[in-house]
Amino acid sequence: MTLLLVLILLPLVGAAVVVGLRRNDRIATLTALAFSLATLLLVIPLWMSYEPSGERLQQTSSMDWIPAFGIHISFGMDGIALVMIAVIGLLVPMIIGVLGVTDKLPEGRSAGGYLALILLQQGLTIAVFAATDVFLFYVLFEVMLIPMYFLIGGYGGANRQYAAVKFFLYSFLGGLIMLASAIGAYSLAVDELGSGTFDWATLVRVVSEAPTETQIWLFLGFFLAFAIKAPLVPMHTWLPDAAREAPIGVVVLLVGVLDKVGTFGFLRYSIPMFPDASVALAPLVLVLAVAGVLYGSVLAAGQRDIKRLIAYVSIAHFGFIALGIFAFNAQSQIGSVSYMLNHSLATGMLILVLGMVIARGGSTKISDYGGMAKVTPMLGGMFLIAGLSTLSLPGTNSFISEFLVLIGSFETEPVFTTLATIGMVLAAVYVLWLFQRIMQGPVRGDALVGVGGGPGTTQQPEAGAKKAISDLSGKELGVLVPLVVLIIGLGLYPKPVLDVITPSVDQTVSVVHDTEGSHE
Amino acid sequence: MQHFLAQGGDLTVPDINYAAVLPVLIVFGAAAISVLLEAFLPKHRRWSAQVGVSIAAIIGAGVALVAYIGNAPAGGITTFRAAEATGGALAVDAPALFLWGTLLALGLGCVLLIADRSVEPGGAFISQAGMTGATQTRIQAQVTGMQTEVFPLTLFALGGMMTFCASNDLLTMFIALEVLSLPLYLMCGLARRRRLLSQEAAVKYFLLGAFASAFFLFGLSLLYGYAGSVKLADIANAAAGTDRSDTLLFAGVGLVVVGLLFKGSVGPFHTWTPDVYQGAPTPITAFMAACTKVAAFGGMLRVLFVAFEPTSWEWESALWAVAVISMAIGAILGLTQRDLKRMIAYSSIAHAGFLVIGAISLTENGLSGTLFYLLAYGFTTIAVFGVISLVRDSKGEATDLSAWAGLARRSPLVAGVFTFLLLALAGIPLTSGFIGKFAVFSAAFADGKAVLVVIALVASAVAAFFYLRVVVLMYFSEPAAEGPAVTVPGAFTTAAITLGTVVTLVLGVVPGFAMDWAGAGGFAF
Repeated sequence: MTLLLVLILLPLVGAAVVVGLRRNDRIATLTALAFSLATLLLVIPLWMSYEPSGERLQQTSSMDWIPAFGIHISFGMDGIALVMIAVIGLLVPMIIGVLGVTDKLPEGRSAGGYLALILLQQGLTIAVFAATDVFLFYVLFEVMLIPMYFLIGGYGGANRQYAAVKFFLYSFLGGLIMLASAIGAYSLAVDELGSGTFDWATLVRVVSEAPTETQIWLFLGFFLAFAIKAPLVPMHTWLPDAAREAPIGVVVLLVGVLDKVGTFGFLRYSIPMFPDASVALAPLVLVLAVAGVLYGSVLAAGQRDIKRLIAYVSIAHFGFIALGIFAFNAQSQIGSVSYMLNHSLATGMLILVLGMVIARGGSTKISDYGGMAKVTPMLGGMFLIAGLSTLSLPGTNSFISEFLVLIGSFETEPVFTTLATIGMVLAAVYVLWLFQRIMQGPVRGDALVGVGGGPGTTQQPEAGAKKAISDLSGKELGVLVPLVVLIIGLGLYPKPVLDVITPSVDQTVSVVHDTEGSHE
Repeated sequence: MQHFLAQGGDLTVPDINYAAVLPVLIVFGAAAISVLLEAFLPKHRRWSAQVGVSIAAIIGAGVALVAYIGNAPAGGITTFRAAEATGGALAVDAPALFLWGTLLALGLGCVLLIADRSVEPGGAFISQAGMTGATQTRIQAQVTGMQTEVFPLTLFALGGMMTFCASNDLLTMFIALEVLSLPLYLMCGLARRRRLLSQEAAVKYFLLGAFASAFFLFGLSLLYGYAGSVKLADIANAAAGTDRSDTLLFAGVGLVVVGLLFKGSVGPFHTWTPDVYQGAPTPITAFMAACTKVAAFGGMLRVLFVAFEPTSWEWESALWAVAVISMAIGAILGLTQRDLKRMIAYSSIAHAGFLVIGAISLTENGLSGTLFYLLAYGFTTIAVFGVISLVRDSKGEATDLSAWAGLARRSPLVAGVFTFLLLALAGIPLTSGFIGKFAVFSAAFADGKAVLVVIALVASAVAAFFYLRVVVLMYFSEPAAEGPAVTVPGAFTTAAITLGTVVTLVLGVVPGFAMDWAGAGGFAF
């Protein structure tokens, strides 16, 4: 039993235990927190055990599942997967921590059910990143939708049914098309080897030698699934709806981790399995990526709803990540992978902070707020840190990533990169403008001054603020401070992360350059 | 006449391998005994006797089947063979044995559902018409008891199905088709509390079914004219030569296949399905949806693989189109349904389309994939109808979708089980429905039908929407003020639902062993 397997099973066991405890919210919350912290603690030895100079896949384990089709239950991790596993290990305790403080469940719903779904989601997501059998990956990719479907549909806002079904159907359709491609890859293996297999390494070897035309068809199947998940424009429309309706903790999980499965899939599956197709179709992906950066940024600036704004910010950031991946440059890909981590930290923190704003004001409309920093200075400070990290200010973690993406991509794709830099400028616009509208100026807005004030009416700060609005509690600080430490720490000293991801990225890039070389 | 009698001296008893056909004989024998019980036992003792005989017969047949499989010859055998003939009338080969096992297991589940009297006072087959399903007649119902003629009918139908999917010539197949169909027509009309709907369903099914039988018979006669034999293997041999009239062959193939597609409720020959599924008593709907589908596709597989394989390039494109039409009709019209039983009916039409994809991939994997799909789909369907029969209001079963709103609040267990079964029908991984789809689609893909597979996947995604709609209703909607109650199921229904659900889960998580059974061997002829 490898450490990785323990890490997959622990949250699943936790979910089963918490379901049994759903009669008592307090005990359920504490148990869930204990399981998530234990998982986080296990990430530390996992990280230590990873040897950057070793094999690409480490902590491997494998057992037969469906021998008739050469399907195994096999897990393993490379540097990229390790980083993503670490992120989810870090975020889940925070999501559980803010339950009851920032996140209020709908009336009549027990915390136990919610927490069990969160832990189930965590276990399945770790397993998705760790799967090294393409069939197993597909299975987990689809099964992973079910807890999220219930989290959005069961605990979300007014329009949650629509959002949950839309989320599920988009991802499910993408997954099914991916299944067609996976079966196609399997058939290639049958033709080539005589017996079929879904083993990732074997399929990479077989499929990457297939003719470019075959690769293009198979690539498109995988690409659609990942592009819906990531999400790239124009497959993104489910995310704003889902983000608007879901509880804050679920948005963190969705945007912070689940969507990364898409970009992770590009790196782990699309490029190694279909290098020729990746190169041939890279312009298409780059167009979508840059369109996502610009479109997401502009729409983010124009949103009136806080949670929808977060969704569009993420769409813009996923554009950057995809740009870095498909520029096929070691630097830009390292940038993209570290961006996957840093986006989780920065946007995750921004979502949590905005969730705290919403929990105090009781509204998700931006126009209901104004001058909040005067009432809650600490919350304002945290908001500023999260915002600056989101717009990639030098000194914060995101800066390194965005810089690497842009400098690396510029070498190979100068036009697309130049267009994407406009997104950096727009990021400053939407983040700072949001901060200004919510936090600065005189205290105003329905949410803060109470009924009758109406938007636009201004009052004296001391007199007008609702008494109920207080600054950050100890619990909330306990959730945010570790994030601040990581954001600034990784901004100043990103080496530990870069060391882990560099070898895996180098291997991905070298596949492409090998095939490029052989064709030229 | 004289000529006929003169042949009498040459007639010899066909060679019969009793061990091989024992399961079928047990089922038919029990059906005959069951008829006698119905005639001679006093009314109050019939139910227990009939249930006992039916269950014992199915389990006994299962034991005989397992005993035979233990030392069956590897390539399969044909039996009921006349002295000079090259092959017998029944083929007992690996697919037939698999289908028999499937049919017996599904039949057991259905008999359990039919036998239940606790969910609805007196059971669905109450003897006095006009009694409502409400509780005030419970005492009355217990006094009058249940009409038990449904049990011999079920056994006859089951025996017919087993014969049908093992028939090695078209004439045997036609007789088996009638043996399985006639009891089903009657059984559809047995719902006495919703007489009009039920009888309408029975008449529709009978009229359309008679047409389908006529098509089959007409096709059979054309093929006999073409090949000079009704044996599947002889037709295949004749088609390999080129000097005969292709018109006869193609017209014959077309008509025979239409008859089979009708039984399998494949679109566009599906029109009876929604009405009959809705009108028939729910346990009978379960029996038709699970067992008839297995039998129809079992027969279709044998006909396509054994008789028409040499001419596959002629009919493949037609069945390709049929598969697409069936999936499209099932998935799209399913979206518009308000009644749960009709919705499942359209879902079964979509599933029939998926099954056709496997059946026209004339490869080993196509055969084993389709067989596995039938097994998986049958168990899921039985459990689905079992759950549907539990949710009732004052007028009986509450099959309108709106009645299911907020069910999860009141009955989390029933809602949870039903959600799992719906996910299986939608083909979500870790359920048997997914593995079945995967097996069928991968076989079709390897056979060069990538486009068809993509269409099927899109249809799956569309169909997923209406399954999800039910899940949304149960979990995320407010319960209706005077909604239906969930009846606590009796031991029989509980057993049937548990059987279906557990098999759905097991085949989804560890399908390896059933895959091996399904792929144990090809057809013998």
